[in-house]
Amino acid sequence: MENNVIVVTSGKGGVGKTTTTANVGTGLAKLGKKVCLIDTDIGLRNLDVVMGLENRIVYNLVDVIEGNCRMKQALIRDKRHQGLYLMPSAQTRDKSSVSPGQMVKVIEHLKDEFDYVILDCPAGIEQGFQNAIAGAQRAIVVTTPEVSAIRDADRIIGLLEANGFGQMDLIINRLRPEMVRRGDMMSSDDVVDILGIPLLGIIPDDENVVIATNQGEPLVGGSSPAGIAYSNVVGRIEGQEIPFMNCEKSISFFSRVTGIFHKA
Amino acid sequence: MWFFFRRKSSCQVAKDRLKILLITDRVNCSPEMVELIKKDITKVISKYMKIDTENMEVQISAKKGNSTKGGKAPVLYANIPILDLHKQGGQFL
Repeated sequence: MENNVIVVTSGKGGVGKTTTTANVGTGLAKLGKKVCLIDTDIGLRNLDVVMGLENRIVYNLVDVIEGNCRMKQALIRDKRHQGLYLMPSAQTRDKSSVSPGQMVKVIEHLKDEFDYVILDCPAGIEQGFQNAIAGAQRAIVVTTPEVSAIRDADRIIGLLEANGFGQMDLIINRLRPEMVRRGDMMSSDDVVDILGIPLLGIIPDDENVVIATNQGEPLVGGSSPAGIAYSNVVGRIEGQEIPFMNCEKSISFFSRVTGIFHKA
Repeated sequence: MWFFFRRKSSCQVAKDRLKILLITDRVNCSPEMVELIKKDITKVISKYMKIDTENMEVQISAKKGNSTKGGKAPVLYANIPILDLHKQGGQFL
């Protein structure tokens, strides 16, 4: 399959890369896809905790690369979802224990066996980032509607372009519709306009994300706002046409009276 | 339009800041460098005419063009009000 290796990246830390990786991966598995998630943040692994699989780690990515175990031994199967696997990162090593070439080899092994390979990229633009993007053909750029996150996302998009990425899609995380309406937060249109890559999803700020992370069970597919938004993202990755939530436009008095500036 | 009557929203402030920030990021040109360019332009033009250095603007901004990213290409924009066209050898500093 073409373009089935996706890297989730953002530049800035704490904008929701790991949460997005976990939810997109789980969502695709719920649609019956065979999915492998790879945590590439060596030294600071987190994806296992968000997925609720932290107690099942025996081997990790660095063990596979160094030949201490076979690929199959390091992959953790998520018992709750058929076809969902996690390759955890090493906690006690650092980024220099993996090279981009080695990552490419690992992905070459996995990409024929899985419908999707999704890489959770570390924050920053150093070696961890270079490792994470090495084997991918497609990127999901996660940002929040804040100046610092958008600036970093723009830098990341530039670096991905320079590395030959053809397909880059944007997820705007933690959007607060009531703040957008007040004019105190950039809208998704503003962010798309600035960054200039296609929009893949808008995830509203939702406290259920924290609850889901506490419990180690991604909320995709649930009835919470973020759960629905992530389901929509998954559908769009699978090629479905799903309209974006339109809850953020500021309604001015003039347009309210005339009704001509807003379609329903 | 109706938004003329409102104060500038923090969203608009963020957008304006980002616009300048990203363009200087993309062309790898720092605000200090723009400041240096501004000084040099002032120096050169002051040789020929008296200009209003207080109110001149020099900035790198975006112009719709054929660049890939966001369809915007960076341009160096300078707005230099002239005080006296005929005054030769005006102020140098």
